[in-house]
Amino acid sequence: MRFEVSGAPHVIAGFTVPRVMTQVLLALAPVAVAHVVLYGPGLLLQLAVCTVTALTCEALALQVRGRDPKPFLRDGSVLVTAGLLALSVPPSLPWWLAVLGTAAAVLLGKHAYGGLGSNPFNPAMVGYAVLLVSFPLEMSRWPLPAGVEWDAVTGATALDQLRTGLGQRLTMQEIFAQPVFGVVGDSGAQWINAAALLGGLYLLGRRIVRWHIPAAVLAGMAVPAVFMHTLDPGAHAGAAFHLFSGATMLGAFFIATDPVSAATSDRGRLIYGAGIGALTWVIRTWGGYPDGIAFAVLLMNLAAPLLDRYTVPRIHGHPKR
Amino acid sequence: MITAGLRLESHKARAMQRPLQIAGLPASAVVPLDQGGGTTASPAVRPGMRVRIGTAIARPGDSRSATVHSPVAGIVRDIGVRDIPTPSGQALCIVIENDGTDEWDIPHAPTPWALVSPARLIDGIREAGIVGLGGAAFPTSIKLRAAREQSVEHLVLNGAECEPWISCDDALMRERAGDVVLGAQVMMHACGARRATIAVEDDKPEAIAALQTALSAASDDRIALLALPALYPAGAERQLLSAVTGREVPYDELPPAIGLVCQNVGTAAAVAAWVRTGQPCISRIVTITGSGVNQPANLEARIGTPLSALVAECGGYCGQPRRLIAGGSMTGQALTSDALPLTKAMNCVLVATGADLAPRGREMPCIRCGDCATACPAGLLPQQLHRGVLSDDAELFERHGLADCIECGCCDFVCPSQIPLTSRFREARAQARARREEMQRAADARQRFEQRERRLAARAEVERRAFDEARRRARGDGPPSGGPDAI
Repeated sequence: MRFEVSGAPHVIAGFTVPRVMTQVLLALAPVAVAHVVLYGPGLLLQLAVCTVTALTCEALALQVRGRDPKPFLRDGSVLVTAGLLALSVPPSLPWWLAVLGTAAAVLLGKHAYGGLGSNPFNPAMVGYAVLLVSFPLEMSRWPLPAGVEWDAVTGATALDQLRTGLGQRLTMQEIFAQPVFGVVGDSGAQWINAAALLGGLYLLGRRIVRWHIPAAVLAGMAVPAVFMHTLDPGAHAGAAFHLFSGATMLGAFFIATDPVSAATSDRGRLIYGAGIGALTWVIRTWGGYPDGIAFAVLLMNLAAPLLDRYTVPRIHGHPKR
Repeated sequence: MITAGLRLESHKARAMQRPLQIAGLPASAVVPLDQGGGTTASPAVRPGMRVRIGTAIARPGDSRSATVHSPVAGIVRDIGVRDIPTPSGQALCIVIENDGTDEWDIPHAPTPWALVSPARLIDGIREAGIVGLGGAAFPTSIKLRAAREQSVEHLVLNGAECEPWISCDDALMRERAGDVVLGAQVMMHACGARRATIAVEDDKPEAIAALQTALSAASDDRIALLALPALYPAGAERQLLSAVTGREVPYDELPPAIGLVCQNVGTAAAVAAWVRTGQPCISRIVTITGSGVNQPANLEARIGTPLSALVAECGGYCGQPRRLIAGGSMTGQALTSDALPLTKAMNCVLVATGADLAPRGREMPCIRCGDCATACPAGLLPQQLHRGVLSDDAELFERHGLADCIECGCCDFVCPSQIPLTSRFREARAQARARREEMQRAADARQRFEQRERRLAARAEVERRAFDEARRRARGDGPPSGGPDAI
């Protein structure tokens, strides 16, 4: 009898990239629900616009690059990019800005570098940064979360208010007495963060992401926050506020953990995550933008190849490097 | 400690449903003279000669091989290169037609091993044709001699049998635990180790119980039994030694360098069988399993039996066999034909149908998820290594330890992008080896050239001097005067 020949191993787990991406999308669901409950159905529009644009750009780029678009459209990575971008922008963002941001993410952030697996920067954050730098006003107009009494329909987030308040020499008590502040952070963002934490824990449990990056991001942010808050409580918010404001949890579990643009060894990932956490805190505290996740991620993306170079783990039987 | 590896579905129970069986004798045996590690024993018979079971048909050609014996009684029909189921693909083989008499060569006698000097014992093991039955078929005597020379302290018997489907060592340990213990004692005497550990994965409770009984019967407190967590590849030599002793074998050394020597439990039992009866190694236990076999079982079969006969012994094929694998599902070699003979290295014949195989999807780009690095038992970053291999960047893949890859297949198994990492690494290693040899040849050639140039220059210099001298003499100058002799 004759038999077919193939190299070992003859079995594989069959856990594929589309299944990874599906799990990530599933874990994002609680964030989307919280978003809609708090800020209304604007997110759904953004999701639709970003998804359609992302798929179109992906197909176009693959066509131009002469690749078979089918497997890549099915891999789901572009849907995650679209989802993360839609969740990051204000729900009232004009549709054409969402299109612009998504196109920048997919074309500039991903395919300009060679597509899936080759992009040095997180594509969603490239799109976000393009929008934030080009349209700062539109990008910072968040609707007030449901249930907050205020004299306007849109306003600044707690991170903005903290920055403005400190600039006006208000005390922490005065700043935190403003209606936009909730239990631990922004009255809206705190719930988004809680939902992202929930989704993130699901990803950890399903071993889609490993603990190193999220834990390091949160620690990298909490340590300087606690330190400065203890030194000067009048000028620095505490760790809980930072952890549950802005896009901290989304960043820690969903954005920083994008493996393509992150460092790849365990030790490298700890440094990478800690850098993102610390830089975010630095940008929030002293920088020109209210939230710094996007820039912190992009800056650490730049450092990832260097981290990979210097954090190669010890191979079995070799002395310490 | 083992920190990485995979929990795999074991599929071992199927072949363990039946007790160990003795396979029928082949009509004709094809006995490879390949000894693993690229050496071959030299034939000691000619076509047409009659041999009996246990007749030495090939002698060690150099210090790196062992004697080969006839597994059947009959006539030598052919000596020639044949296809064999090892990575080299072909080897010199002796074909013996079985005449059915089943006669043994000269009567064999037990060896009073405790009274024999270790050096004689090691020679005896070599003459008994005992090689590593775990899958490498490396002559046991060489390992024992190296261990003796480097005064190793600790013998580790590998009964982990971590790879899915394979259960020949499990069957052996259950039914011949006494031989495993006796083999350990003999090998300790041969190599001078003061203690031994029999390491078994904890998913084999019956084997562990049988070994415990055998150990208490032997009441030898130098031998310990260790149950390891069933985590593939616990049985890989370097990983096993580090799990048992907590020490790692340096990458550029062999286990004796840190006082350890590792042998398979099947090898130990073969040594024990030889000292008990004096009979050489002419058979081995092999697992015949897979969804493509009617009655999976462990068979004790003569070396050289065609695989088709072994499958027939287990009720023949069933379903739609697609791949015939020598070994398990993770590292086994897919064979083209079942006409190939059983070798001493073959622990399992896996007849896989579609249900036993996982179809590989389309290969996607690496997304650097790092699952491969988490799984890698050698502590490599396969994702980075793969980049080095793809870009043929020697600096990158050397830094990421291409030479340290043990080809266990863990990275392949978990890769969500379905990249055939192990095959790529295997090829790259072969290429790197070829390149190294090429460079060595070039360096040797250069050295030869330079030496020749130097030699020629030196000769020319001598001739020039002789010529100058002769010319001076002819002109009548003579050597310059004024030396001390002149006074």
